[in-house]
Amino acid sequence: MPKIIKKESLSELVYRYRIDAPRIAKMRKAGQFVIVRATTDGERIPLTIANANAAEGWIELIFQVAGKSTKILSILMVGNEIIDLAGPLGRPTHIERFGRCLCIGGGVGVAPLYPITHALKAAGNEITTIIGARSSNLLLLEHEMKELSDRFIVCTDDGSRGVKGFAADSVKTLLAEGEKFDFSVIIGPAMMMRVTAGITVAAGIKTTVSLNPIMIDGTGMCGGCRVTVGGETRFACVDGPEFDAAKIDWDGMIKRLNGYRSFERTSLEKHNCIVTGRPA
Amino acid sequence: MTQNSPKPAQSSRTPMREQNPAVRAHNFDEVPLGYTETEAQTEARRCLQCRKPLCVGGCPVNVQIPEFVNLIVRGKYVDAARKIKETNALPAICGRVCPQETQCEERCILGKKGDAVAIGNLERFAADWEMSHGEFAMPALRPKNGAKVGVVGSGPAGLTAAGELIKQGFDVTVFEAFHEAGGVLVYGIPEFRLPKEIVKKEIGYLLKLGVVLERNFIVGRTATVDGLLGEEGYAAIFIGAGAGLPAFMRVAGEDSIGVYSANEYLTRSNLMKAYKEDADTPIIRGKHVVTVGGGNVAMDSARTALRLGAETSTIVYRRTEAEMPARSAEVHHAKQEGIVFDLLTNPVAVLADNNGFVTGIRCIRMKLGAPDESGRKRPVPVAGSEFDIPCDVVIVAIGNSPNPLIRETTPDIAVTKHGTIVANEADGRTSKKFVYAGGDIVTGAATVILAMGAGKNAARSIGEDLAKK
Ligand SMILES: Cc1cc2nc3c(=O)[nH]c(=O)nc-3n(C[C@H](O)[C@H](O)[C@H](O)COP(=O)(O)OP(=O)(O)OC[C@H]3O[C@@H](n4cnc5c(N)ncnc54)[C@H](O)[C@@H]3O)c2cc1C
Ligand code: FES
Repeated sequence: MPKIIKKESLSELVYRYRIDAPRIAKMRKAGQFVIVRATTDGERIPLTIANANAAEGWIELIFQVAGKSTKILSILMVGNEIIDLAGPLGRPTHIERFGRCLCIGGGVGVAPLYPITHALKAAGNEITTIIGARSSNLLLLEHEMKELSDRFIVCTDDGSRGVKGFAADSVKTLLAEGEKFDFSVIIGPAMMMRVTAGITVAAGIKTTVSLNPIMIDGTGMCGGCRVTVGGETRFACVDGPEFDAAKIDWDGMIKRLNGYRSFERTSLEKHNCIVTGRPA
Repeated sequence: MTQNSPKPAQSSRTPMREQNPAVRAHNFDEVPLGYTETEAQTEARRCLQCRKPLCVGGCPVNVQIPEFVNLIVRGKYVDAARKIKETNALPAICGRVCPQETQCEERCILGKKGDAVAIGNLERFAADWEMSHGEFAMPALRPKNGAKVGVVGSGPAGLTAAGELIKQGFDVTVFEAFHEAGGVLVYGIPEFRLPKEIVKKEIGYLLKLGVVLERNFIVGRTATVDGLLGEEGYAAIFIGAGAGLPAFMRVAGEDSIGVYSANEYLTRSNLMKAYKEDADTPIIRGKHVVTVGGGNVAMDSARTALRLGAETSTIVYRRTEAEMPARSAEVHHAKQEGIVFDLLTNPVAVLADNNGFVTGIRCIRMKLGAPDESGRKRPVPVAGSEFDIPCDVVIVAIGNSPNPLIRETTPDIAVTKHGTIVANEADGRTSKKFVYAGGDIVTGAATVILAMGAGKNAARSIGEDLAKK
């Protein structure tokens, strides 16, 4: 069984695990995720592969404690085994030399953004990055993201670090300065993606977002992860998780997410959240 | 009693005792309780032991029915089970889930005037007897031949192929995407119809024979078919990955909260144990549940809903009972348990409140028109007949197709426009050399026994093809 070989706490309630998983490390590409189960009868939790090293045979997962399942996961220690780890799942990000790329991450969404930014940089793109969080103690991977970026902006809702305001505000500023981009990737909470992508799409920038709907199996079997894209029902786990932001039915997607969250809060208090360690 | 002794011309079959419908509708224990020895004897003696048995031809894997029934008559129950296992590796499962009424039992001579012999019940009796009384007997295994064969998927097709291949002397590894093996047998068919303990035992048997099981291994992602055939050194691959991708109705409101595919609903309940009070994976326990569809999947969903506490559980199906693809026993059991059947009815929209929660389903009445390509009368809507059924959960059980993982990562394998893999029925060969396929991934959603038959045929041709290599 896959063993935890390193454990770090990145911010309040956010952990980074390095896990021995040579097959997944070898096959994974930017944008893909794994399904993790921490206990027998436990939930299947989708988590983006935040980093990997094929030669050394490990992958890294970053997750936020959001409910019972991630809580249990967070108690594991170096040397412990993860009872179930399956992947890599989902379609890899389409990487090419677009030119100027705008990479935007909100909250834990910075974790899945990192490998994509890394791949875009490696493909020879010029990278402008915006990372944001509610407050400075919730900012993730600031150092790592900065290293990849030609231009780097930090913003917090409360102004405790970087620019005060939302990522969307920073995008507006950049566009007002006359910056031009060929491609944008945005990962974060659903509302943040919707609002921010609204701006980049309106500015004519081809924009990709990574969705985090409810998932059970992650292999195209349950349809729980369905989203409407371009008028068609698509399954995020096999057709995504990345989709063209301009084509997503955001109303439907957000309604489903919120609905399930509220259902879970009210009817099953102890499961106070659908666990989406992927950008939540 | 000998084979030729005259049988009492008993025309009605020995019923199998069942849990009381009022009680069982609220528990997940198995519904039919099985035959006692006496009951099995009574039923087995009804068999006429036809010299040219028609029943055998009705069975997709040609179980030697008169022979095994006669072994029951002679009290040799373990032998009876082993007789079945010569052609059918999973009798405890098939005895419970095969559509006998359209297969073996349909051809039984007794059925022309009265009731057919309850072949399925007898199969179950023999298999259960062997499980609880028989000692583990190692079947004849050919010496190891040094070649490795990979099997994708651990449903009935994959398990059967694996069992046959290991007997032929191959090293066999089964790759399963899920954390648990068994395919539809564990995530789809509920405990009250097929106890999971039985599936576990069958898989345990294969492991004892030396089959290696790799769970959490998604072929196409964790490794590709070409990777397995190439650098990983597999001589052949059998694909039995099933047809798991659910179809939706494409009506307004289908993305509302409380609309589940049958797969999601059943997986949450069966595999993720959402029926337990303390389960981590939640399920919306609707008060009024509507299931759309007329197959086994629909019956299983509607009956699961009752067991999860629904006050009403309704089946909406666009044709009549005669066209329902479900096993007749399932329809019968569902009715006994109080499932409401709204036939000749088709959904046109799911209704929801402002927060997106399901409040009902709008349907239209149908009538049967001219027959379609399948020979069944095509249902056509009756104009102006729309009506609403209030409910808080809608389960969509209108069919499945294969997921795209294998076809997208194995570009040189021929597939149909429905996404199923093209493979010969007789030998499982696909367009790609040393790659074979069978079960739902080839036929689309079908039956356990057809999947098993396909796994078996493919195993035979794998043996033949690799011997020539
Ligand atoms: C609710 C329900 C009730 C049913 N009731 C009956 C019944 O009463 N009688 C009957 O005869 N039939 C019934 N069926 C149909 C029957 O179960 C199927 O026809 C049969 O299981 C098909 O077997 P299979 O081996 O082809 O596929 P499956 O049983 O679907 O198994 C496929 C396996 O492959 C795995 N897999 C998929 N993709 C990959 C991959 N890329 N890599 C690795 N593994 C993969 C899946 O996780 C799964 O475990 C029912 C089906 C359902 C859903
Ligand atoms: S998570 Fe089940 S189909 Fe995508």
